[in-house]
Amino acid sequence: MLGKIVWKNIIYKPLNSALCICLLLFGVGIITLLLLIQNQLEQKFHRDLKNVDLVVGAKGSPLQLVLSAIYHLDAPTGNIKLAEAHKIMNNPVVKEAIPLAYGDSYMGYRILGTTWDYINKYDGQIVVGEAYTESMEAVLGADVAESAEHKVGDVFHGTHGEARNGHVHEDHPYTVVGILQETNTVLDRLVLCNIESVWSVHSHDKEVNHSDVDTIHSLELDLNHEHDHDHHHAHEHGHNHSKAVQTADSMEITAILLKYKSKMSALRMPRIINEQTNMQAALPALEVNRLFYMIGVGVTTIELIAGGIMLMAGLGVFFVLFNRLRERKYELALLRSVGYSPIQLFLLLILEGLAFAIIGYLLGWLLSRIGIHFISIKAQNDFNLKFNWELVQGEGWIFLLTVLIGILSSLIPAWRAMKVDVSSTLSQK
Amino acid sequence: MVKTYDLKYAYSKSEPIVLPDIQVKAGEALLIYGESGCGKTTFLHLLAGLRRPTGGQIFIEDNNTTNMSFSQIDRYRGQNIGIVYQQPYFIESLSIWDNLVLSPFATSKKKARAISKRLHIDDLLTRYPNQLSTGQQQRAGIARAVMNSPKLILADEPTSNLDNKNCTHVINLLLEESRNNNAALIIVTHDDRLRSEIGNCIDLKTAVNKA
Repeated sequence: MLGKIVWKNIIYKPLNSALCICLLLFGVGIITLLLLIQNQLEQKFHRDLKNVDLVVGAKGSPLQLVLSAIYHLDAPTGNIKLAEAHKIMNNPVVKEAIPLAYGDSYMGYRILGTTWDYINKYDGQIVVGEAYTESMEAVLGADVAESAEHKVGDVFHGTHGEARNGHVHEDHPYTVVGILQETNTVLDRLVLCNIESVWSVHSHDKEVNHSDVDTIHSLELDLNHEHDHDHHHAHEHGHNHSKAVQTADSMEITAILLKYKSKMSALRMPRIINEQTNMQAALPALEVNRLFYMIGVGVTTIELIAGGIMLMAGLGVFFVLFNRLRERKYELALLRSVGYSPIQLFLLLILEGLAFAIIGYLLGWLLSRIGIHFISIKAQNDFNLKFNWELVQGEGWIFLLTVLIGILSSLIPAWRAMKVDVSSTLSQK
Repeated sequence: MVKTYDLKYAYSKSEPIVLPDIQVKAGEALLIYGESGCGKTTFLHLLAGLRRPTGGQIFIEDNNTTNMSFSQIDRYRGQNIGIVYQQPYFIESLSIWDNLVLSPFATSKKKARAISKRLHIDDLLTRYPNQLSTGQQQRAGIARAVMNSPKLILADEPTSNLDNKNCTHVINLLLEESRNNNAALIIVTHDDRLRSEIGNCIDLKTAVNKA
C-alpha cells in the first residue's frame, strides 16, 4: 500500500513531479554522458597504444607526433630519412620497429603504408580477400570498408593530404585486395598498403631503384622474426612496380613505432635520438597522459555544472515534498489513525524522494545514451571516432549518488511527517 | 464493552478537564453531547488513543489502553477502533476503493466489497474523493471505519454538515454498523437532532460541571 501511495502521489501533482524529475534527469544525463565519453576516449587511446614504447618522427610537437603516428588524428610532423631511421631500427635494444609512411587519405580515412606487423600488432584479421603483397594493393579497415562500400577488386584513388577535397592522385589507383575484421582500434579507420605504394604515388619524376626497395624489405626481415610469409611474397614482386628513380639518401618515411627489448635498457634512447639526430622521439604514454590532463580541465568545469544541477535537483525534491507536506498533513494524520506507525510515514516520504531519484536516474541514463548516439555521429564525421552506448565503469557510482540525493532531500520532510501531531491535526479544519 | 474511570486531560498552562465516567456495552450506542469547546473532541481522541490522558483509565474489552506504549496503541487502534470524522479525511490521490483498504490491518477485499454494497457506495469505488458529494463521502468514511471489524466505533460530529434527510440516514447507518460488528458506538456532537435518535446520552457540559 505504501508503494501505491508513493506512486499515486507522484502522478497526482504531475507538474511538481516533472520539475523534480527534469532537474535530476539533466544532472544525471550530463554527468553520465561525460563519463561515457571520457571513459571510452581513454579506453580507445590506451587500446590503440598497444605497448608502443616510443614513436620516432620528424622534429616538432611530441603530442602531435603521437596523435599523428599512433591515433592518426593529426597531421604528421614531417618526414624522416629512411637511412637515419634504419640506424635506430637496427639498434640492439629494439625488439620491434614498425615503419610508417603516410600523407594521403581516402574519403577522410588515412592511407597508411606499413609492414604487416602493424596489422598484427592490432590483431587485425582478414575477413574477405587477402593481405596486400604488391605495391598499390590495399587492405581496408572495417569502418572504411563499411562507409566506402567497397568490395575486393574495387579500384579507388587517394587524395593528397588529409582533406576530403584535396588533390586526387588520378594516375595511381589502388586496388582493394582485402578487408579487415572490426578490431575496435585505430585499424578500423585506416586504408593499409605497403610502403612502396606511398612512395610510388609521390615520386612522379624519380624512379625507385631496386636496391632501395630491397633495403626496406631486408629491414622488415631483420626486425620481424616471427612472421614473414607476406613479406617474402612482397619481396619477390616488389621490384617490378617501382617506376621512379630515387637515391637511397632521399628515401623518406613518416614515423617509426618502437618496442624495446627491456624497458630498463632503453631509458637513454629517447635522449640520444632527441639530442644527436634531427629526428624526435616521443613517449606515447606520457603524451597521452598529458593530453588527458589538459582535457580534464574542461571536463571538470562541465562536471561542476552538472553537479550544480544535481544539487538544484536535490533542493527541488526537498521543496516539493516539504510544500506538499502542509496539504498532506491531514492525510498523514489519517494514515496514523488507521494504524500506520510513525516509522512507516517516515518511510513513505523517503520512498517518494527515492522514487523521484530513480525515475530521474533512468530517464537521465536514457538521455545520456541518446546524447552519445548523436555525439558519435558527429565525432565520426569530424575525427573518425566512434562511441558506443555500453555501460561504463563509474555509472554505478552515479546511480548511488542520485539515490543518496533522493534520500537526503526527503530526510527533513520525512522527519516532519513522522512527527505529525495526529490529534491536533484531526481537530482542526 | 468500553469503560472509563476518572479521565482527566490538561492542555499545557490550563486547568485540567475532568471527564465523566462512561460505560458502553458492545452493540450499544452512547451520545456525548456538548457545545463546541467543551472538550468533546479531546474526549474522543483520548478514547481513540490519539492523545494520552493526564489521569484516569480507559478499558476497551478489558484492555487498559492507558497503559499501552505508543506503538502498542497505534496497533491496537488500527485493529480494534474505527473512527468517523466530521469531514471525512481521504488520501486525495487514491481512489475510494484504495481508501477503503488503506489500513494495514484491514486489507480484506471481500469484506470491502460487502461493506461498500451495504453502504451503497459500490458504484463509487473507482472515483476519487473530491468527485463525491458530502453524503457520499460520509458513507465512504463510515465504510472505512468499519473495515477492521472494530470493537469500538468513534464518531466525531458525523452529521453536522448534513441536511435532515442525510443526518437520519448516517445515524441509522452508524447504528446498523455497530450492531453488525457488535461494536460499542460513541458519538460526540453538538447536533440536537441526534438526541431524538439515540436514547443513551451524556451532556458533557453538565457532566463536567458535576464532576
